[in-house]
Amino acid sequence: MTRTATRPAAPARGAMRQAFVETASAALDDDPRTALVLAAISAGLFTRAAARHPGRVIDVGIREQAMIGVAGGLALTGLRPIVHSYAPFLVERPFEQVKLDFGHQGTGAVLVSIGGSYDAAAEGRTHQAPGDVALIDTLPGWAVHVPGHPDEVREALRVALPGDQPAYVRLSDTGNRVPLPVTGKLAAVRSGSPRSAGVVLAVGPMLDRVLAATEDLDVTVAYTSTVRPFDRPGLSALVGAAGSADVLVVEPYLRGTSAHEVAAALSDRRHRQLGLGVGRTEELRAYGRPEQHARAHGLDTEGIARAARDFFLP
Amino acid sequence: MTTAAALSRYADLPVLIALMEGDEKHKSAAHSALDVLWVLYDQVLEVAPDTVEDPARDRFLLSKGHGPAAYYAVLAAKGFLDTSALRGWASFGSPLGHHPDALLVPGAEIGSGSLGHGLPLALGTALGLRIQGTRRPDGTPPRVVVLVGDGELDEGSNHEAIAVAGRFGADTLTTVVLDNGSGRHGWPGGIGTRFETEGWTARRVDGRDHGALRAALTDPHPGRPLAVVAALR
Repeated sequence: MTRTATRPAAPARGAMRQAFVETASAALDDDPRTALVLAAISAGLFTRAAARHPGRVIDVGIREQAMIGVAGGLALTGLRPIVHSYAPFLVERPFEQVKLDFGHQGTGAVLVSIGGSYDAAAEGRTHQAPGDVALIDTLPGWAVHVPGHPDEVREALRVALPGDQPAYVRLSDTGNRVPLPVTGKLAAVRSGSPRSAGVVLAVGPMLDRVLAATEDLDVTVAYTSTVRPFDRPGLSALVGAAGSADVLVVEPYLRGTSAHEVAAALSDRRHRQLGLGVGRTEELRAYGRPEQHARAHGLDTEGIARAARDFFLP
Repeated sequence: MTTAAALSRYADLPVLIALMEGDEKHKSAAHSALDVLWVLYDQVLEVAPDTVEDPARDRFLLSKGHGPAAYYAVLAAKGFLDTSALRGWASFGSPLGHHPDALLVPGAEIGSGSLGHGLPLALGTALGLRIQGTRRPDGTPPRVVVLVGDGELDEGSNHEAIAVAGRFGADTLTTVVLDNGSGRHGWPGGIGTRFETEGWTARRVDGRDHGALRAALTDPHPGRPLAVVAALR
């Protein structure tokens, strides 16, 4: 791909959250089953929705256990709760509530986080949750959407909101220039030759930099913004069409979070895989900007290019 | 239901509990809840085996999930589950464990065991029914009653929900606190004070006195959620 002046810009900071606010507000207008539960964060963005739907926008204050428990109770009465906060306060702090107050009770909710892994780089470790998807992945039955563009946020919510299944939608300020359809399947964005070195799977916000990092390699670049359920048949087919059963997965959260899915998808053949993502070996005690954290974790274009060359061209 | 109504009286509960064996650890907990559970299901809650799916039924949420023998016994006595299910409880194929699973126990509104989940869930249930305007045939809103232990009250999640329920005026919500002196560090001013400060109506009664329990659970408390502290000391 070549860069041109007409190419769309990357999404602006806050664009995914704004897409969420608009979509959730519209859902409150259109579907009486919908209720929104907040713990102070983003409440100011829902004042209009709260005025239009008194009672169905519930801000419990800075009480995350109650936020999840109340949402669980709403679900018990047949409502469809949307629950929203910053990722560490939505998933990590009340994790036992997430585990027991939905799935264990036979109910679900749509959890929507902001902050990604290190959007809040300057805020420090307390505001970062690179392990959120790995944690949700310990619970059966959850869908996990990691949109790469504000339009994908809208589509992921349209997929997640109907029904009663639990779903986690993870928003970030990092994104791609062009949205892709939210199909739940892996899509080949660039196809390698029959003798290609393998497949690179870019998850959500990682796509643009993966495309740039691998443009000199003969590999298939696949994309998904839906990581759970993981499209095992799709990966199996793409790897089957490639020259080698070598898979590089680039995820914007904890490194290797989907390694077990890749292993299961390719359990019928000899294969190699490598996962890139936020490092696991030590806590990064640094502030600064998200781009600097991406670089530190090898998730910038140069870091991905280096890892891809080392993996595919040993 | 059979006319003989076998094992359906308060006096039958010890026999039903005796069908469940091997849970010595939780024995005293099981019996502490017996009278409150009986009064709730016999005299207070508008729910029956044929209305467990009715949106307008009253809900009872056992938050203090340990020691559920008394709960299972009352559910059996009231026809929600077969008496035969009590035998072999906590075995692999039994629907009845040492902590209840709502997807396995007929009539159970929630699964519980880890402490501090029931009160926030009950608050959400009360708010969900209020949002939907759910009403019984007589036009009154269904009640949501949650049972917690005084030791369980140590869990901070309860206090998040107590504050929110009071501020939201969730007046269809009732919390019964079984007070057998299990709280590790106690509650200055008494348990009821913790609720009253947050805008609840609080009443303290003898947890074995059926008449007092019934009155405490049914006397009006307009605009405020209700806390009934059932003393067992």
